Amino acid sequence: MSELKVLLVDDEEELVSTLVERLEYRQIKAVFLLTGAAAIQRMREETFDVVVLDLKLPGISGIETMRVIKKEHPEVPIILITGHGSLANEEDMPKGAFDYLPKPIDLEILVQKIREAVAVK
Amino acid sequence: MAEHEEKIKFNIENEILPTPLVMPRYRKLKRLSIIITSLVALIPLFIVTLLNYYQDQEAYHAETRYTISRLLSNTQKTLEYAIKERRSALSLIIHERTYEELNSQESLKTALSNLKESFGGFVDIGLIESSGLQTHYLGPYDLRGKNYQEQDWFKEILVRNVFVSDVFMGHRNIPHFVIAFKHEKPNGDFYVIRTTIDMDLLYRLIYDLDLDKNTDAFIINREGLLQTPSLFYGNILDKVKISVPEHFRQREVIDEYHEDGMWLTTGYVYIEESPFILVVIKQRENPFFHWFYRRTGLIWFLLLSAGLILAVVIYGSTHTVKRLRELDKRRVKIFHNMEYTNKMATIGRMAAGVAHEINNPLAIINEKAGLLKDLVLHTENCPNQDKFLKLADSITGSVERCSKVTHRLLGFAKRMEDNIEMVDLKSLLEEVVGFQNTEIAHRNLKVNFAFDGNLPTIESDRGQLQQVFLNIINNAFAAVDDGGQIDISTAPCADREVAVTITDNGSGIPEENLQNIFEPFYSTKGQFGTGLGLSITRDIIDKLGGKIEVESQIGKGTSFIVKLPCHSKRVAFQEKI
Repeated sequence: MSELKVLLVDDEEELVSTLVERLEYRQIKAVFLLTGAAAIQRMREETFDVVVLDLKLPGISGIETMRVIKKEHPEVPIILITGHGSLANEEDMPKGAFDYLPKPIDLEILVQKIREAVAVK
Repeated sequence: MAEHEEKIKFNIENEILPTPLVMPRYRKLKRLSIIITSLVALIPLFIVTLLNYYQDQEAYHAETRYTISRLLSNTQKTLEYAIKERRSALSLIIHERTYEELNSQESLKTALSNLKESFGGFVDIGLIESSGLQTHYLGPYDLRGKNYQEQDWFKEILVRNVFVSDVFMGHRNIPHFVIAFKHEKPNGDFYVIRTTIDMDLLYRLIYDLDLDKNTDAFIINREGLLQTPSLFYGNILDKVKISVPEHFRQREVIDEYHEDGMWLTTGYVYIEESPFILVVIKQRENPFFHWFYRRTGLIWFLLLSAGLILAVVIYGSTHTVKRLRELDKRRVKIFHNMEYTNKMATIGRMAAGVAHEINNPLAIINEKAGLLKDLVLHTENCPNQDKFLKLADSITGSVERCSKVTHRLLGFAKRMEDNIEMVDLKSLLEEVVGFQNTEIAHRNLKVNFAFDGNLPTIESDRGQLQQVFLNIINNAFAAVDDGGQIDISTAPCADREVAVTITDNGSGIPEENLQNIFEPFYSTKGQFGTGLGLSITRDIIDKLGGKIEVESQIGKGTSFIVKLPCHSKRVAFQEKI
């Protein structure tokens, strides 16, 4: 199995940089970016298997970023993360997202979701 | 949460609804309204009736007085005329003849027979010398030679020329009265012609009046002795009980009330040139009964009107006060809604803000600890590897605990909005009690759960139920002393309903407070309570289609029983207002 390439977008650098390192240990190559604008730009230059996106971002919001990425790269699954707790039910999940994880993230679940997303793709 | 509730206290009490909406207040209002309206409506009615009563009395009096006055007037004229006529007749006899002509039996006989023939009423006639000796007499008795010198009437005639006597028994011992004339002789001496008048003259006079059984007419003399028999006061020469009126030329009518329960109207008149006073007494009916029987129609009308007015007043007041209470209730509901919405929105915003701010650093801690673990695990022969792993696990464990709290807060905030979903009462109650873990531990409280295994999940609003139970459990905590016990149980009840019972072993609620605890602004916590907690609780349960009951025993504790429908019967709040 070729190595997966994931793009992490969150304005908490401490969080994403750590996540990147931890994902490396689990044979997932990850790149992190701090803003939605940077993510959209990077996606145009490079291909990623999965995008993990925080809903609350400075500048362009998470939802807006997701909309643009979905439009430009409909094949790339997006997993959302948020500090706003878990969803009450499935319908509340923003349209187009593959899944939704509350902060703090359980890394094992994130890895599992990433693999599921790629498998579905 | 409990603390928030205390802090976000709405100061409605002093501004809008100053007193609790408790029943006695409305009962008092109703009573007052009924009394005042009845008085205003009924008093004029009674005044009019009273006026009618007095007018009727006056008319009745006037009528009685008039009747008596007429009787007096007519009889007076007749009597005065009768006496005058006889005096004139005697006068004629005396002036027509000389003493010498009169001083013979034969002459007196002619005179008496003439008198009887022309006027009637004369019984006898006598001629009396100035010495008092009756020298000639003609009549049914043998009175010739009698001396009248010592008799009152004879003394009287010495000063007057004409004299009409009282009725008296005299020598013959039968009632009679006399008319006597004194006449001077040419030599300066005098003689007296005396004649007895038949009592029939007076009797017939009274008899002819044809009086009804309530009216008495009689003649008295100035000493108050009866001159004719009386219906009410006895026989001739008895003393009447009424006081003898003072001499007054005019007719006089007096209303009198006598002790023996009779209402009497008395009229009297002095008969001129005689000792007689004519008296007419009419016994009246009791004035009230007289009015009552004459105005039966009016009294019925009064009673019917009063009854009708009272009925309308009672119905009106009851209805108005009921409406007022409903309006007050509605107003309070609006305040509840306002307060509840405000409070929940504030709590929701705060909770969400806090949780979100905490979640981010928690996530960082979590990842750092995770990375630490990854590093230790991937480092060959790492010294103290086990210890490192344990420490990292401890950190991630704590993070997990924190995140549970923040997620619960976020969940709570989200559920503040109306949201019907399937609710598992067991987990909900555990969650609510979970909010209070610190207090439970601090105060060494004991919370027992007894969940029915077959309890279905119910269709309801999770957030609002949380609010309801939080309130009740909070109250239970406040009711018990440190170390107290709270039992929470669930059980299916009735048809498609579940019951949650929360029992504390606290001090209990006195009977008189028990009926008011759900009333808005009713608080026993003094300045510490808004008096809205249980009122809001009941409103929420109401909206969710359930009901709340309370049982309490002083010294043993209190049970709140919340019954909820399995299927949502929720009525929109707006519709209810």
